[in-house]
Amino acid sequence: MEKRVVLKNCGVIDPWDIASYLARDGFRALEKALTGPSSQKVIDDVKASGLRGRGGAGFPCGLKWELAGKAEGDEKYVICNADEGEVGTFKDRYILENDPFSLIEGIAIAGYAIGAKKAFIYLRAEYHFLLDLLQKAIAQSKKKGFLEHLDIEVREGAGAYVCGEESALMDSIEGKRGEVRYRPPFPPTSGLWGKPTIINNVETLTNIPRIILNGAEWFGKMGTEKSKGTKVFSVSGDVAKPGVYELVLGSPLRELVEDLAKAERVKAVQIGGATGRIIPYALLDTPLSFESVLGAGAITVFDESRDIIDIVGKTMKFLAEESCGKCAPCREGTEVMAETMERLARGEGVEKDIKVLEELSETMMLCSLCGLGQAAPIPVVDSLEHFRGEYENRIQQS
Amino acid sequence: MKKAGRNGERGKLLVLLEAAQAKSAHISTETITELAESLDLSIGEVYGVASFYSFLNTKPQGRNVIRICKSLPCLLKSAQTIIDSVRQEIGIQPGETTPDGRFSFELTNCIGACDKAPAMMVNSDVHGNLTPKKIAKILKAYK
Repeated sequence: MEKRVVLKNCGVIDPWDIASYLARDGFRALEKALTGPSSQKVIDDVKASGLRGRGGAGFPCGLKWELAGKAEGDEKYVICNADEGEVGTFKDRYILENDPFSLIEGIAIAGYAIGAKKAFIYLRAEYHFLLDLLQKAIAQSKKKGFLEHLDIEVREGAGAYVCGEESALMDSIEGKRGEVRYRPPFPPTSGLWGKPTIINNVETLTNIPRIILNGAEWFGKMGTEKSKGTKVFSVSGDVAKPGVYELVLGSPLRELVEDLAKAERVKAVQIGGATGRIIPYALLDTPLSFESVLGAGAITVFDESRDIIDIVGKTMKFLAEESCGKCAPCREGTEVMAETMERLARGEGVEKDIKVLEELSETMMLCSLCGLGQAAPIPVVDSLEHFRGEYENRIQQS
Repeated sequence: MKKAGRNGERGKLLVLLEAAQAKSAHISTETITELAESLDLSIGEVYGVASFYSFLNTKPQGRNVIRICKSLPCLLKSAQTIIDSVRQEIGIQPGETTPDGRFSFELTNCIGACDKAPAMMVNSDVHGNLTPKKIAKILKAYK
């Protein structure tokens, strides 16, 4: 069953009109935060809630805020990552186009909590059509006096998947090529222009007003031990009802795919986009949580008519195109994998291909500079685990 | 030698490149040279940024840019037939511009419209639930 917490206003309020947001407890959480005992109390509440990042990595949100809040210096930044580029993901678009105000309120609370005076929303170029709506929502919030402590500026990306990776995103805001940085230092101590910075996903920040208003305890009652709250999923592929669905964390994948999105004859599901896990039908009861599988919540469904080798090949080709090229394991590894998978799909595979793919996977996971390269081999590794027979047959037929 | 650039101004480079493109549909060599001078950066540095992003063009583009999504969710919904329809309709291949300068045609990665797959962008407009039949009518609106 759906549980709309993050999406509670979507389809209910008028995203162009702040009055309709105010009528549904809009900005009451910000007011509660600002009139509360301290900014530390806000951070404590977020920590206590157990909220983890919704952009894919699942880092504890409150911990990030605490580190940035305690960092030296009075120039600090909040960045909202609205560079939703993961293949099969569109839930942030849905939030932005239906309820920009909840996001703005979340950013305003984050700014107060860590002591930032400036925030950026980094919006992907493909979502340029949302720029006007977003800027009008910010202007209305400002006019109503909700943004006196914080200036929010929207910065547009220019088409680069890797810029959804936080360090590449910061380089992009700084006007550079969006290449990933070596870490440490991490953003809460040294981020944008070397200043303490928190970077949170659209959905993560949209959770904030709900947590502050209803309390950490309320939030912590939903979900599993290590995955609190709900998750917004983007479901596409071989389903009758593609779209955005919100479920309590820990719900089984089957509920989302079969009950809500009405998929039939499921062969496999890719969870988390191009670098996500591939789950075979036999494991469809897998719970959706940080403890098992989740990512940013992209769910791409493949029915029995689909060829796994072809799907993985296309995924690797995408990653090869979008690798920023800074580190060799990712730059070269994704190319070799894409080439090998394409050859396998064409029926020109050789016996040693499987071994090469496995060894390469290990190297990339160990040695790549950022999450893109480290996670890039996952589709290969998972498909080799669950659909090894398809690889072997293809090679035998070659 | 790599120049550090003027502090503060450097951060505007991407914004300035985006603005230049919005004005003249591509980023010319002259623009790159001018920006490098005004921000005290090397020409290579500015070109490096301009060529990194897929939505920035260093070559002249058509008045309208068609970008068809070629990522998995769209491919599963027969994006290939949409690519073929557009190709037929305007008579060029992906990566090309029509001789009259009306359209440039590109394939792109996930545009976040998988719930309306197959989908494409024409300039900033997203068109979803495409069928070969709809293509001619959609493109007609772009002069």
